[in-house]
Amino acid sequence: MTVTTLDSPVTRARWALADGWTVARRDLIHWANQPMTVVFGVVFPVVITLAFGYLFGGAVKVPDGADYFAFLMPGMYGMTMLFGLSSTMIAVATDASKGVTDRFRSMPMAPSAVLIGRAIADLLHSVVVLAGLLACGLAVGWRPATLSGTLGAVGLLLLLRFALLWAGMYLGLLTRDPGAVVAVQTLEFPIGFLSNAFVAPGTMPGWLGAVAEWNPLSSTVAAARELFGNPGWGGDSWVARHALPMAVVWPALITVVFFVLSVRRYQRLDR
Amino acid sequence: MSAVLAQGLRKSYGEKAALDGIDLDVRRGTVRGLLGPNGAGKSTAVRILTTLLRPSGGRAEVAGFDVTTQPRQVRRNIGLVGQHAAVDELLTGRQNLELFGRLCHLSAVQSRSRAAELLERFGLEHPGPAKEYSGGMRRRLDLAAGMILAPPVLFLDEPTTGLDPRSRAEVWRSVRELVSDGTTVLLTTQYLEEADQLADRVSVIDAGRVVAEGTPDELKSRIGGDQLDVVVRDPEHLERAAEIIGGVASGPVELDRDTRHVRGPVNERVRSLTEVLTALAAAGIEAEDVAVRRPTLDEVFLNLTEAGGVRP
Ligand SMILES: Nc1ncnc2c1ncn2[C@@H]1O[C@H](COP(=O)(O)OP(=O)(O)OP(=O)(O)O)[C@@H](O)[C@H]1O
Ligand SMILES: [Mg+2]
Repeated sequence: MTVTTLDSPVTRARWALADGWTVARRDLIHWANQPMTVVFGVVFPVVITLAFGYLFGGAVKVPDGADYFAFLMPGMYGMTMLFGLSSTMIAVATDASKGVTDRFRSMPMAPSAVLIGRAIADLLHSVVVLAGLLACGLAVGWRPATLSGTLGAVGLLLLLRFALLWAGMYLGLLTRDPGAVVAVQTLEFPIGFLSNAFVAPGTMPGWLGAVAEWNPLSSTVAAARELFGNPGWGGDSWVARHALPMAVVWPALITVVFFVLSVRRYQRLDR
Repeated sequence: MSAVLAQGLRKSYGEKAALDGIDLDVRRGTVRGLLGPNGAGKSTAVRILTTLLRPSGGRAEVAGFDVTTQPRQVRRNIGLVGQHAAVDELLTGRQNLELFGRLCHLSAVQSRSRAAELLERFGLEHPGPAKEYSGGMRRRLDLAAGMILAPPVLFLDEPTTGLDPRSRAEVWRSVRELVSDGTTVLLTTQYLEEADQLADRVSVIDAGRVVAEGTPDELKSRIGGDQLDVVVRDPEHLERAAEIIGGVASGPVELDRDTRHVRGPVNERVRSLTEVLTALAAAGIEAEDVAVRRPTLDEVFLNLTEAGGVRP
């Protein structure tokens, strides 16, 4: 049986991508084998959105007398990106605990492909879920202003997802236990509430409001509102006035930190 | 030439030494059994030899490549079937094998045909996802996945633990087929019988050390082969029965007054049993129960560790 040698850096990079795509395709086959899990992945945020919109919509007063959904939708888009943290973690921890990661590590594939594949698959999944939620938004009357703004906002949302991906990988490799994901899942909602996704940080008690404003999710959501042309509560703190740059800086920072941590953690699985 | 060579292999976790200087030399084309109880260090040894774990000391070569400095070459020459089935449970057997084939850098066409070949050979043509497989099927799928590249060296970590006798026999048959194709196999097990059935040579491991090495027959003969065990009805007859059994036994006879057992090691089970039964009947001694048992791992093990860990 012929096995191609991986020697020059270029060939190795090519194999890293090729193998990464093969690993990612595994998730695509999961979706094909069990389409209901994808459907639920899309339906879950839609249900939460409708619940929040119709239950609390009447109680929350939005500036300019706009509809609550116009305010809520970008928050929900951001929330959905946040939920990605635990789904990445669960996938990584399950593979590590079931020995699938070890099988990959004992094979002549590019070692980096395990992480690259996870990144590709989870980003694709988030694109599908986000598309479903955007459609839901349009159905309940949410409207973006311009196409270019929309593309920019979606780009920023996926950038946050990309950053959280590495955090999820690190936590998954650290715990190697799908059971530990519950702890992260229970934290996702508080993190989401402690942001501008559902209400204005200005309405929170002083220090809590400050925490909410500095929440990376708030920057992404505020920037998305701005780009979609949807109403937001500006807030006059520095971080609130610089939502757009911060929506790039935060994810970049998270990516750098957790990329390094995950890669190191992965390389040290042999300790 | 050696397919697997380990010299003074050590691995410690903090203070604890999981491997405390293991030497192994497995000839190409043979089957080596690593026999040992829970926590002996079997998996640790396999994980080091398959590049999953970095040794804290010593060195090892697999298929002529150093496991720490040439891990990529090693990975191209090995197959690993870990202690816990490592297949994707949401994929079908075919999808699993095609995926692993692609990751071994076979072309799409090659991996499809290789998957089909292995599915047929291991009897795995089930249309559903692997989570629907029985324990034995899952293990065989695992085995097939380790065989994608027809690697020269195959590592099996407790391939039949938790399987029923029929599935165990199926796995054994698959392993024998691979061996007849020239694959070198290193397998770990807790069962003497498994080592006996499959291995050319066995290394007995305890607390991270090799305490004995030899062919299964050599190991068993060290503790005198099978145990003949007679329970006499009348305690008065114990001494006489012990004399009779002592006449055929290959080692010292044990006598237990409370349970009326007389035990002794024998080499030829059927002939010894016949001789003892005839002699007992002639002496008018009534036996309540008679059995010839294979030595258990415990017995081989206790015996070998008591012997002070001398190597042949
Ligand atoms: N990651 C680890 N951290 C600390 N100790 C470990 C680790 N892995 C293994 N050990 C210890 O090393 C020793 C050898 O473990 P190993 O898994 O190699 O045993 P084994 O012979 O495969 O046992 P089993 O039959 O239970 O699979 C055990 O005492 C175990 O507790
Ligand atoms: Mg083990």
